[in-house]
Amino acid sequence: MSPLEIVRTAIANTFRSRLRTSLTVLAIFVGAFTLTLTNGVGTGINAYITTQVDSMGASDVMIVTKARAGGNPFAASDEGPTVHDAGRATAMSGEGMQIEVLTDRDLAAILAIDGITRVEPFVTVTTDYVTREAREKYDFTVATGGVGLNVDFVAGRPLREDDAHALILPVSYLTPLGFDDADAALGGLVTIGITDVGGQLHLVEAEIVGVQEVTIFDSGTLISARLKEALHEAQMTGMPAGYRDVYMMASARFEPGRNALGEKGIKEALAGSGYAGSTLQDQLGMMTSVITGIVWVLNAFGIIALVAAGFGIINTLLMSVQERTREIGLMKSMGMSRARLFALFSSEAIFIGFLGSALGAGVAIVAGTIVSTLLAEGPLASLAGLRVIAFDPLPVALVVALVMTIAFFAGTLPAARASRLDAIDALRYE
Amino acid sequence: MLPSRQSVLRSRNVSKSYGDGAARFQALRGVSLDIHAGESVAIVGKSGSGKSTLMHLLALLDSPDTGSIDVDGIDAKDRSRRALDTLRNETFGFVFQQFFMIPNATVLENVVLPLKIAGMPRRLRIARGMEVLEQVELADKAANRATALSGGQKQRMVIARALANRPKVIFADEPTGNLDSATGEVVIGLLFALNAQEGLTLVIVTHDEELAGRCDTRFVIADGLLARAVGPRSTVAA
Ligand SMILES: Nc1ncnc2c1ncn2[C@@H]1O[C@H](COP(=O)(O)OP(=O)(O)OP(=O)(O)O)[C@@H](O)[C@H]1O
Ligand SMILES: [Mg+2]
Repeated sequence: MSPLEIVRTAIANTFRSRLRTSLTVLAIFVGAFTLTLTNGVGTGINAYITTQVDSMGASDVMIVTKARAGGNPFAASDEGPTVHDAGRATAMSGEGMQIEVLTDRDLAAILAIDGITRVEPFVTVTTDYVTREAREKYDFTVATGGVGLNVDFVAGRPLREDDAHALILPVSYLTPLGFDDADAALGGLVTIGITDVGGQLHLVEAEIVGVQEVTIFDSGTLISARLKEALHEAQMTGMPAGYRDVYMMASARFEPGRNALGEKGIKEALAGSGYAGSTLQDQLGMMTSVITGIVWVLNAFGIIALVAAGFGIINTLLMSVQERTREIGLMKSMGMSRARLFALFSSEAIFIGFLGSALGAGVAIVAGTIVSTLLAEGPLASLAGLRVIAFDPLPVALVVALVMTIAFFAGTLPAARASRLDAIDALRYE
Repeated sequence: MLPSRQSVLRSRNVSKSYGDGAARFQALRGVSLDIHAGESVAIVGKSGSGKSTLMHLLALLDSPDTGSIDVDGIDAKDRSRRALDTLRNETFGFVFQQFFMIPNATVLENVVLPLKIAGMPRRLRIARGMEVLEQVELADKAANRATALSGGQKQRMVIARALANRPKVIFADEPTGNLDSATGEVVIGLLFALNAQEGLTLVIVTHDEELAGRCDTRFVIADGLLARAVGPRSTVAA
């Protein structure tokens, strides 16, 4: 029997006992459906995170903080009190937590490290509201991000270094501020309200140069460096000079090529000088691994279902071998070889696995697409571009291949039994 | 066509027992015989005497405990499993007492089974299948389900199946066992016609005296031994 003929015969055979095949296929269906869906969640969410990270274009930016003596800034100190050093500035102490801050001196030291081309402190600006002309005042926060962030533009352009008071408005502000659409907003002026440390309100005007989609990572509005300076200035009005220029962290733009040891070398150099640097990828990598971990826990359920289905396949095929004992004897007497008989029954197992997994994956894709579309249009509409469940051809193909492999292994026992049957005994079988 | 001098099948001192210990039963106790190309042979004897056992050994479906079976002058023991499969597939045709067919498959599909196993392409095997169905006058039933045939039609179907691969030897165990004499005659007539025209070797196990009488040679089996051989060209080794 030619291989093609074996496959064809195997397919025909699986349809001979329809009920039994259907039930086994159903068991596999459940497992394949679960696996496809859980992987779909992993694909969807991770794809979203990746797009977000890519869109931020911040692969060459590190967040630098001062490394606390003794490591983790949140760990309670068990080494006794640290000797006071007047040159080291700290902010926020108490409750066992102490975060050291960066000063202009630190910024210069960071910039001196090979590979770091620019350092910009994270200036926290706490704005009160934004408004336009005589409209309602709306709560307004400013992005903490400093260098190199860019986003999904609906209209307009990214911020430039020479921008005066410019900002990129999230789409959600368009209608409240009275703009018909994103393009209409470009060039428009808004007024930002900010209160200084003494409680005095300051008003700063800014021009809209772009309109962006809302993202999950930074709901604050991106503003130009000069606007941030102006807001910071306004906020710090009345603050003693010594408290002005301290920062929780800084963003450092780097070029790995300029350090002999690349990105790793830069991080080590930072650590050597008492700073800690981590890129967005470092931080988001953790997030992706958590999601991947969750997906694998869910996958475990799918795999358990598949193992159970594997026993279903063994059972189905053993019954089939039993029922067809005479037929097997007949084929053997006509010169069907052991290897071909084994291949025939294995193919039946694999085909049952294929049926179950193709159906399971197909239905999972349809169901998952419907659910994620509903979610994207409903509860998750604010997260533009997020598809909670997404399907890539590769993971889906892997699920189908995995199921077919499990089916093959389940089929080996019945197939071996069929191939080893003695022709005469089989023909005598009642 | 005159049968050649050469033995297609030759058994030497073949014995076969079933079971173990107290349940052990010696079904054959040293049978030696020769079957020549183009010969028609009847194996007769009482029920339980070992006829089917002998036929299965000659057809290489089973191996003897002692003794040897030669096909075309080569001992079966010297052939690989693969070679035995090929030999059975290409050289032998089987007609089993209980038909043995693939249920739910069509008559044609059943008939072309040996060709399918041989790996013949679909179109060729359908053509050949229709040809043999034509010969047994069942062409009009080709697309019917095999299980839906009458007893006589099933018998003709399995004969068509045995002939499909153009075998050199047909082994038939009680081919007329379940048939009335008229239907039996159609089936047997075809086998003897092929024997006469194409030199097909026939090995027929039967209780039917009349059928045995039409064969060139008659081997009488009794209690696992070859009791008597009757026929012009048959030889019984000492
Ligand atoms: N698989 C087996 N296990 C045990 N005994 C067997 C087996 N097959 C055959 N026998 C015994 O061997 C003897 C010969 O059996 P065989 O089938 O060859 O007889 P037979 O001559 O063909 O009889 P019948 O004319 O009734 O078909 C019988 O006594 C039978 O019970
Ligand atoms: Mg018998």
